[in-house]
Amino acid sequence: MSERNFYIDYSRCIGCQSCVQACAECDTHRGVSMIHLETIQRSESVQTAPQVCMHCDEPICAQVCPADAIKKTPDGIVQSSLKPRCIGCSNCVLSCPFGVPKYQVEIDQMMKCDMCYDRSSVGKKPMCATVCPSGALAFATAEEIQRTRRGIAINSWKFGNEEVKTKVFVIVPREVERVNVELVRISATPAALPEDPYDVALMLETAK
Amino acid sequence: MAKIPIDIPQIVEQFGPHLNRVPFGGWVASEEEDKMVKTHCCFCGQQCGIQLRVRNNKVVGWEPWEDFPFNFGKLCPKGVKRYMQDEHPDRLEFPLQRIEGKGFERVSWDVALDRVASEIRRIQTAYGNDAFAILTGASLTNEKAYLMGKFARVAVRSANIDYNGRLCMVSAGAASKKVFGIDRSANPWSDIPKAKVILVAGANVAECAPITTDYLWQAREKGSKLIILDPRLTPIARNADLYIPVRSGGDIGVFNGMLHVMIERGWIDRDFIAQHTTGFEQVAETVKKYTPEYAAQIAGVPAEMIVRAAELWGPAPTSFLLHSRGIEHHSKGVENCVAAINLVIASGRIGREGCGYAMITGQGNGQGGREQGQKCDQLPGNRDISNSEHRKYIAGVWGVPEESIPGKGLSAIPLVEAIHDGKIKGLLSICFNPTVSLPDANYVRAALEKLEFYVAIDFFLSETARYADIVLAGSLMEEDEGTTTNVEGRVIRHRKVVNPPGEAREDWKIICDIAKRLGPADKFQYASPHDIFEELRIASKGSVSDYYGMTWERIEENNGLFWPCPEPAHPGTPRLYEGGKFGHPDGKAHFIPVEWRPSAEMPDHEYPIILTTGRVVSHFLSGTQTRRIGGLVDQYSQPLCEMHPRLAETLGVHDGDFVKVESRRGNVVVRAQIVKTIRPDTVFVPYHWPLDRSANNMTVRAIDPVSNIPEFKICAVRVTRVEQPHDAIAQLEVQAGGVR
Repeated sequence: MSERNFYIDYSRCIGCQSCVQACAECDTHRGVSMIHLETIQRSESVQTAPQVCMHCDEPICAQVCPADAIKKTPDGIVQSSLKPRCIGCSNCVLSCPFGVPKYQVEIDQMMKCDMCYDRSSVGKKPMCATVCPSGALAFATAEEIQRTRRGIAINSWKFGNEEVKTKVFVIVPREVERVNVELVRISATPAALPEDPYDVALMLETAK
Repeated sequence: MAKIPIDIPQIVEQFGPHLNRVPFGGWVASEEEDKMVKTHCCFCGQQCGIQLRVRNNKVVGWEPWEDFPFNFGKLCPKGVKRYMQDEHPDRLEFPLQRIEGKGFERVSWDVALDRVASEIRRIQTAYGNDAFAILTGASLTNEKAYLMGKFARVAVRSANIDYNGRLCMVSAGAASKKVFGIDRSANPWSDIPKAKVILVAGANVAECAPITTDYLWQAREKGSKLIILDPRLTPIARNADLYIPVRSGGDIGVFNGMLHVMIERGWIDRDFIAQHTTGFEQVAETVKKYTPEYAAQIAGVPAEMIVRAAELWGPAPTSFLLHSRGIEHHSKGVENCVAAINLVIASGRIGREGCGYAMITGQGNGQGGREQGQKCDQLPGNRDISNSEHRKYIAGVWGVPEESIPGKGLSAIPLVEAIHDGKIKGLLSICFNPTVSLPDANYVRAALEKLEFYVAIDFFLSETARYADIVLAGSLMEEDEGTTTNVEGRVIRHRKVVNPPGEAREDWKIICDIAKRLGPADKFQYASPHDIFEELRIASKGSVSDYYGMTWERIEENNGLFWPCPEPAHPGTPRLYEGGKFGHPDGKAHFIPVEWRPSAEMPDHEYPIILTTGRVVSHFLSGTQTRRIGGLVDQYSQPLCEMHPRLAETLGVHDGDFVKVESRRGNVVVRAQIVKTIRPDTVFVPYHWPLDRSANNMTVRAIDPVSNIPEFKICAVRVTRVEQPHDAIAQLEVQAGGVR
């Protein structure tokens, strides 16, 4: 069987938090969940987005760590900080373009998604990708994804001028080759914003 | 007596709900010698496969069961955290007796059971057999559901037994029976991704049946079109091709309007209709006046949406209808379902791969629980208690004279009304928490207080069990074994994982022990639930829901068997109605014309807003279990009142403000959640909480004339901004009914 990889399809997410609850259940996580489920803006929409560690080819969290506490395993998994080394400085927290590492005050250490290393390193799926009811999180072969998904899987990102390649893929519409993240102008004029796509009152006024 | 013996905060302190956050023995790594038991979730009708991890007869964790061919390892948050109900500090471990002013004290099983039996007989001697009633539940296994029906008719000999599936599946079941002649989802879930258009009516799939989401998304990946009807833009509606924000109670407008357009444009299967159905002409006549414009007024949506729905559904090569409580919880719930199903048979798209229809069963054994004879009008095998042939057959199975079997009793709401009216004096309940789950909760609480004697079987002291004179410590799903029948009609095996703790007993043993004290000991001599299943097989033989060909061994080997399965070599029936053969004696599907009519209580100038109620993903039904699990309470801790910003503006309410939601019957004070994803004429409050946070304080005690389902989905309320309450109930923990 070919190698299985981790895929995120944000469009499938239903915000149920199975991933959050199951992450805490992984043997090595001991009740602490490492995945983030972002509720985009509940007042405007029901959209949610799960965020696991993307496991960058060149993890910036590790590069900026002054204590050399963050290690990547040969199979490409970026681990949580090493307890004896982590100094709790939060450089990694500030530098990660995906907002993944979190500094845990109670234990004075950075913890993050390690793709359930105790499971995935022995051929099991990570907890979140096993339980996800919507298939927004999947641990599958490239062939399985090609066969079952309309979109394509990409792992190339551009944050401003910074290009990032990740071990984790996201599923996007076919025409997309790379996810470009630009700075958002906060002071955009209301007229330039798209019409409220999930406002039920507007739907009732003007059917599409 | 049936009154709460001490103040509620004192009861809560002793019996909870408290939160369990850590597995038994702490967060320790799994060990090689841990026993893994393949079983199923105890919660909803999806009945997901899961493996529970056991160490020293304690459930300490779980593992996904990726081979089970329904959920393939997937679980919702309730399934993930379900094991935290085991080894719970609130667990009842011995029988209790009510002491006025003191609370509950421990008694021996003999004392408790003797008291139950003598009170049943005392009440029946004084007031007649039917003055003692039984309320049961659809989360019971098939074996227990069967046993409860037999217990009521053979041991207690009361006509008055009904179950909480009355709040759940009865509208869907009655509609299916009327149209198709069989009450079951017509297709296995594997047919859903093969449909080119899917209509989901009144089903918040993402929160109430999360595992079904992937089946919908699989279809979408292949280019299928998805139509969603819901007053709220739910997570699945976000990605639908067509989302119709129907006004609660206006669904018939959409369905009849769609059929009107389909007939007009020739998108019906005239050959199928001629060969395999009856009654189409009357339906066609009825929907003539449902022009898109007329239908739109009823549905409360733009006419273009109804036309668009017909354009998607009408000409599709394959299609699937899914419906759920959103259209069923109405005083016209059966009619809503019939109108939806008319769209299926008019298209002729049923009984084939990728073509069909299903109701999304709510409770764990919502399907099997409504077949085994625990309904007020039913005998095992979905038989009719008023049919003399059916009565004779079951009398033979039970070894009792036919005339000893009581007739049709009262369904749940009239039963509670009879308690309120003083006609029913005694009650036994199991697997039912009516003070939280029934409509018009203030009335329900007042009714309970009128009982002379109330015995509750439960594993936690539910809000209703607080009223009991005797509480019998029963069993969790994982502490007993048996079968359930899932949303697809697939009969599956629940394995015993651990023993009940302390002196708690398996529910079936408790029931048999009471039965033996009441007299007919020889009719309740079961050594195990397996013995009960063997009797159930025979009782269902020859019926619509025929389990005769099933054995526990066959069910396990096949990862479940679909009924009907009439012979030991029969493979079961995953898909019904193949070849256009329906369940009625004439073999045809029966069109039934449906006219829209108003709901029991429409908004007016005094109560101008529609209240609709429902669930959230991290809680299950009345919350007896999920409000005791820390992770699930953290996820959604107290009920919120969802409202549109336009409505909020007219009310002067901001996000997070406290509001009083008030109907003619009662109110709650909860925080407001301002969202654009709901109709501006409607507010939503989820119903999992008790006391002053119970959405059912407001709901209306109106029922469908056929199914007797209550109208949970629409009543009239007014909403006002208020200050944070600080009374004793408000100060309880949120899971107990407090507010923060």
